[in-house]
Amino acid sequence: MSLVMPEPYAGVLARRSEIVRALRAIVPGEGVIDDPDALRAYESDGLTAYRQPPMVAVLPETTDQVAAILRWCHAQGVRVVPRGAGTSLSGGALPLVDAVLVGMARFNRMLDIDYADRLAVVQPGVTNLAVTRAVEDRGFYYAPDPSSQIACTIGGNVAENSGGVHCLKYGLTTNNVLGVEIVLMDGEIIRLGGRQLDSAGLDLLGVVVGSEGLLGIVTEVTVRILPKPEGARALLIGFPSVESGGQCVADVIAAGIIPAGMEMMDRLAIHAAEAFVEVGYPLDVEALLIVELDGVTAECDHLTGEVAAIARANGATTLRLSADEAERVAFWAGRKAAFPAVGRVSPDYYCMDGTIPRRRLPEVLERMRELSEQYGLGLANVFHAGDGNLHPLILYDANVPGELDRAEAFGADILRLCVAVGGVLTGEHGVGVEKRDLMPEMFSETDLRQQQGLKCAFDPKSLLNPGKVFPMLHRCAELGRMHVHRGATPFPDLPRF
Amino acid sequence: MAPATALSPASVADLIDAMAAARRGGHALAISGGGSKAGIGRLAPGAVLLDMSAFTGIIDYDPVELVLTVGAGTQLADVEALVAAEDQMLAFDPFDHGPIFGEVGGRATIGGVVAAGVAGSRRVSAGSARDHLLGFRAVSGAGEALLAGARVVKNVTGYDLPKLGAGSWGRLFAMTELTLKVLPRPPVRATRAIAGLDAQQAIRAMAAAMGSQAEVVAAAHISAQLRGGAALTAVQVCGFGPAVEAKAAILDCVLAAHGRVMALEESEAIGLWDDLRTLAPLNSGQPLWRVHVPPSRGAAVVSNLHPHGAHWLFDWAGGLVWLTFDGDPDLVRAAAARAGGHASLVRGPAALREKVPAFDPPLPGVAALEERVRRAFDPSGVFETGRFGDRA
Ligand SMILES: Cc1cc2nc3c(=O)[nH]c(=O)nc-3n(C[C@H](O)[C@H](O)[C@H](O)COP(=O)(O)OP(=O)(O)OC[C@H]3O[C@@H](n4cnc5c(N)ncnc54)[C@H](O)[C@@H]3O)c2cc1C
Ligand SMILES: Cc1cc2nc3c(=O)[nH]c(=O)nc-3n(C[C@H](O)[C@H](O)[C@H](O)COP(=O)(O)OP(=O)(O)OC[C@H]3O[C@@H](n4cnc5c(N)ncnc54)[C@H](O)[C@@H]3O)c2cc1C
Repeated sequence: MSLVMPEPYAGVLARRSEIVRALRAIVPGEGVIDDPDALRAYESDGLTAYRQPPMVAVLPETTDQVAAILRWCHAQGVRVVPRGAGTSLSGGALPLVDAVLVGMARFNRMLDIDYADRLAVVQPGVTNLAVTRAVEDRGFYYAPDPSSQIACTIGGNVAENSGGVHCLKYGLTTNNVLGVEIVLMDGEIIRLGGRQLDSAGLDLLGVVVGSEGLLGIVTEVTVRILPKPEGARALLIGFPSVESGGQCVADVIAAGIIPAGMEMMDRLAIHAAEAFVEVGYPLDVEALLIVELDGVTAECDHLTGEVAAIARANGATTLRLSADEAERVAFWAGRKAAFPAVGRVSPDYYCMDGTIPRRRLPEVLERMRELSEQYGLGLANVFHAGDGNLHPLILYDANVPGELDRAEAFGADILRLCVAVGGVLTGEHGVGVEKRDLMPEMFSETDLRQQQGLKCAFDPKSLLNPGKVFPMLHRCAELGRMHVHRGATPFPDLPRF
Repeated sequence: MAPATALSPASVADLIDAMAAARRGGHALAISGGGSKAGIGRLAPGAVLLDMSAFTGIIDYDPVELVLTVGAGTQLADVEALVAAEDQMLAFDPFDHGPIFGEVGGRATIGGVVAAGVAGSRRVSAGSARDHLLGFRAVSGAGEALLAGARVVKNVTGYDLPKLGAGSWGRLFAMTELTLKVLPRPPVRATRAIAGLDAQQAIRAMAAAMGSQAEVVAAAHISAQLRGGAALTAVQVCGFGPAVEAKAAILDCVLAAHGRVMALEESEAIGLWDDLRTLAPLNSGQPLWRVHVPPSRGAAVVSNLHPHGAHWLFDWAGGLVWLTFDGDPDLVRAAAARAGGHASLVRGPAALREKVPAFDPPLPGVAALEERVRRAFDPSGVFETGRFGDRA
């Protein structure tokens, strides 16, 4: 693998035992892990192609401990990598050989649920699904629902600005977070946002969400909770071509309908899913669309009728409407199991995450077919059709020499293609280490430098989660003018890589 | 305080020159969209107005992609007419503040409303400008062209700079081009109302509606004193015809415990929600405040200030308190802080604005961070006009 990570600080590696002692003074007991075998548990996240055990892991339980850890590391010039549940698909939580891994799993309490203001205050290690579980008996839920929701944490969701199948209608994490408490790299504890809508100054909350653990460690999150819709019904629609499925999606939106979810699968994904979960997906179609409508019953009934008519007009060959909740869940079961299902038909798969303008779908699919032939690797397609977010799954076998490299090259070509048609490198999984080196496909050097300027405002020594998101991190001082204001001196020189 | 001069850049190159000249000359640049800004804060002497009105026009609009790209100087009214023709809308409900300042409407630009983070009554359900700005092009105070975000509805590539652009008040960069998410306009709306509730009762009724399955899009309350009679608490639902009836029926049920529920006639409902945009009930000319609090605390804010002569109404189910108040500004800020929120001075005589910053000063840690973020985009402080209590 060709991943180049920042050169380790030799001085830091040499001081490992001193660093472990210092961390133990902050987090007593079992909270500091330095045993090499135990550290292996943290060596990768959901992007398992990359592995690197951390120098040491620490599991703080309080904000003050997080602040003390960061303050100490900042003073000593030690790098830090935050981690939630480790389900990132872009290597955002990948450790560095000379970095302290700060695991947030012990921040697992729900602090407050306020139905009058329709919000929940939770610690970042609480899982996504746990929020909904805590409020559902009162008829509420937390809208963003990544497929990993049983495992992934709210802190990870905030860092990645995660989405889910319902985000076309209900938004991503960023649209559902009201406030955070965050510890900056120098140990300063600040609050951004709150329990009200909008804060007084710049929307720093908005940039912390989706910052991939580069700006600070989130220690508390206030999320909005919504009343659960009265009902939801799903349509399962088969098409003789991906083009007709794509046209159906466009026509639904043109009719003024924003479904709760609108997901598409191609032939390979349909067959893999059906073989795995046996929910009765039609096997003689090229594209399968699941359209879910939610809201009051009258609305669900009305809109399922409209969507069905649009589907027929686009040549749908099969069309089923969920009769009850069990059937609706069954329609989704195959889609939700699509990744593991593909995992059964191929030794390994590599999940991509670009977004494109939906109207470019046919040509993008065609070009991906050509690339699939060129690289000699299979491809299954699953996508959030409503918002144009593609999840092509590249099939490969890591045991065949060269296949992983080929899969990665194929993936990079797909993402370049997404950008070329006016789309983006990542719709919801984040840049991490995975798409880091592709950032120049989308942004000019000036654009990237300005984003790094923002990083420097939060973390001038670039100690927090280095090697992620940006292809080449400039020393903050190199960004030049930025901290020189009316004669104020820039911060001291720093080691560089 | 009229600025000494004005610049009308017509291109990105002109903007880059303007930033360079400002850095050399040591003068501040006050970015202006519709230029209706005479009312806000105070201006540094010698500040030069940077008029963005040349950056006008529709750059790309594909209704089916739900994405619109426009020049930042395009008038809000033009943008709204464009999307309305396709049965779409800017869901965050931006509005022209002209009437609030006793001016004719129609001057507000899309860049101005986005930079000011404006959102109307539907903020509670649809979000704000921040939630709908997908991308932009700009020139930073450092004089560098900048591309942020993208032209697709779902994107997490790099930092979410559009969040910073919305609500940046001309303090980071001059935006030339904006990409906004647009949404279908619901064909039918209905408003249910209860008369005669006091502040606390209104908050409870609105909370019940917001927490119901009626999918409420807006909830507001105009106090008795502003209506010259009975207070009015109003809740709006929308959607396709049959759905709207069902949602209104849920409201009838949920609200029944709070008072006698009325179905407002369409014209009456339109008038009511228009009043909330133009703040017609608060046009007394007294200083106007905008107080953001957790919705359940709205009543606490007004119970503190009412005895001192404040006039008020609630939007956002109580989370936004608009009030006119002639008394001690510290009372407003203290009431907002006690309720866990903050207060902005939107309108007031020059002498007041000279003393009282438009926005609540942030806590020291956040203030220092904000300053560093501003320096990241505006290293030499060309946008420090002094308007927001920052150094002039
Ligand atoms: C099977 C599967 C399905 C998935 N489906 C989806 C999906 O539908 N939609 C979607 O958006 N994503 C999906 N993901 C990706 C992943 O689950 C999300 O990105 C998730 O938000 C990561 O959460 P985590 O707790 O596992 O974070 P981690 O993987 O531990 O960390 C992710 C990033 O967040 C940072 N971080 C974690 N906690 C904190 C904190 N407290 N403060 C600061 N930074 C922090 C880390 O440094 C890292 O950069 C899926 C992953 C898998 C494995
Ligand atoms: C506290 C407060 C005070 C307000 N005071 C007034 C007022 O006095 N008069 C009034 O009409 N409305 C006021 N409003 C409402 C709001 O400013 C307007 O609705 C909106 O700004 C109108 O657009 P405009 O084109 O006139 O913008 P302008 O009034 O020209 O500008 C609004 C703000 O956005 C910035 N800006 C404008 N265009 C750009 C751009 N292209 N790139 C970057 N920044 C840009 C300006 O620097 C300014 O800070 C106020 C709102 C609040 C919350």
